[in-house]
Amino acid sequence: MKSAAITVKNLTRRFGDKIAVNDLSIEVETGEVFGFLGHNGAGKTTTVRMLNGVLEANSGSIHVLGMDPITDGPALRARTGVLTETAALELRLTARDNLLIYADLFSVPRDKVQTRVRELLEFFGLGESADQRVETFSTGMRQRLSLARTLLHNPEVIFLDEPTSGLDPVAAHQVNALISNLAEEKGRTVFLCTHNLVEAQKLCDRVAVMEHGRLVAIGTPTDLIQQYVRRLDVEIETAPGQMDAALQALAPASSLTFGLPRHTNGNLTLTVTGREAIPELLNLLVQNHIRIYRMSPHQPTLEDVYFALHDEKETVQ
Amino acid sequence: MNWRAIFAIVRKDLKIVLQNKGVLIPIIAVSLIIFGALPWVSVLAPSMVNMGGTSLEQLNALIAQMPAGLQNQLAPYTAEQQTVIFFLVYLLAPMFLIVPLMVATVIAADSFAGERERHTLETLLYSPTTDRELFIAKLLSSWLAAVFIAFIGFLLYIVMANAAAWSVIGKIFFPNWMWMVLVLWVSPAAAGLGLGTMVLISGRARGFQDAYQTGGVVVIPILLLMFGQLTGAMYFSIGVVILIGIVLWAIDIVLIWYGGRVFRRGRLIARS
Repeated sequence: MKSAAITVKNLTRRFGDKIAVNDLSIEVETGEVFGFLGHNGAGKTTTVRMLNGVLEANSGSIHVLGMDPITDGPALRARTGVLTETAALELRLTARDNLLIYADLFSVPRDKVQTRVRELLEFFGLGESADQRVETFSTGMRQRLSLARTLLHNPEVIFLDEPTSGLDPVAAHQVNALISNLAEEKGRTVFLCTHNLVEAQKLCDRVAVMEHGRLVAIGTPTDLIQQYVRRLDVEIETAPGQMDAALQALAPASSLTFGLPRHTNGNLTLTVTGREAIPELLNLLVQNHIRIYRMSPHQPTLEDVYFALHDEKETVQ
Repeated sequence: MNWRAIFAIVRKDLKIVLQNKGVLIPIIAVSLIIFGALPWVSVLAPSMVNMGGTSLEQLNALIAQMPAGLQNQLAPYTAEQQTVIFFLVYLLAPMFLIVPLMVATVIAADSFAGERERHTLETLLYSPTTDRELFIAKLLSSWLAAVFIAFIGFLLYIVMANAAAWSVIGKIFFPNWMWMVLVLWVSPAAAGLGLGTMVLISGRARGFQDAYQTGGVVVIPILLLMFGQLTGAMYFSIGVVILIGIVLWAIDIVLIWYGGRVFRRGRLIARS
């Protein structure tokens, strides 16, 4: 069993009357890519700040790499890297200067500074722009430079807040590949804060979903889908002219469906109660001599989990 | 103490200042006016007062009302020489303090409030520095620059004052011991005053401009010193200059002690 890189127990942080993080308990394993999902104001940034000893909690305990972020802040921050939501670079300095200064701040061995900076600039496609002022950079270039700065000192735990924001698809793919590689090949722990649920599903071993400071779900993407997604869209392609007959055939199965069937792209789409409903529906269609060319369930995603959780909360309220 | 990190922040802050025209232009302009232009204007003062209908004798009558110590200092000189020395050595001495004060204020405004405005503060807070190291680094960048410019300015002023007054005095008369104390003891304290004030202000300021404008009030004590001399209430003897230094250092210590107490990551991040 892998050791925990991050252990958080009953963490709470208030700002006046507002509770930003409410009784949060999570454990992140070493080498894991852990997705931390939630809308703006869900408590993601506040949590990252507390995990790095930049902000004190009102109650609860935190251990990152076995250290308490408040009492061991500098030692801990030497082993973590944080990419904040805005690129936050010194725009009047060159890309190289931005990295050189942070190399000193993070105590990169002096004899390795130049090589490390050059390698990172090349890796992120900024080699030719190294001596240009950052204010001339595009959003994507700034984001890549910011990522380079985050990885400058080879941190063991990497906190990334929307790392692919502002990147073109190719650069985003490259960054996602880097994140996977950091975890899989180099055993780094990645704490990924994101709104991008497709990306989270692809990258994360486990995800936690936050809403208004509370943890509302945690698990692997597959587990969460199984646990929370109770609706499934199924697209049915019938033989030409048989669509109305198919609708009639399915009428007795209303307990297995939500709402009315929809016509999409000349096919029929039903929202059903789950995978178990599919054989029942198929059986009804076959019994009524409907010729079925294709019946394809839409594969649920984390996005469906997210909306299911949201709907659940709305229902409770 | 992580000095490598501290000097990395100092280097960063100074590099940014050097790239910022909004910060550099006022520093260069004020320094050139005070150290370069004022000595020449002062030497023209005797003829200027004549043009204004005021006789040199009337100006000397003003000097005659000054404290005895100042009159003793000026006694060996002619009336015209006395006027030039009064301007260059005594009246402009408080003006000299404006430079370290202003440089420290401008750079500290950029370093503390400007950093927050540029949203770069948070990244710095995630670095492996303690709150104290960050605070020291931020203080050092403004203080070192202010003291450096004051010292360079003093060298320029030595050259300019002697050159401008050569036709009247005919020998190198500047600096005297009072100025040495002023530069080495009081100007670093004046820089500290600008810095300490800015540390307090920048926490509440909305950005660089806001902090800089509010911090302008710090120049008032210097103007009072100038008026004090002009009205004959006091003059810059070595003793007075040492005393001014002691008062400024004491204020610096209080301001910086308080600033250090409130300079905490948690507070800074909450405002960023």
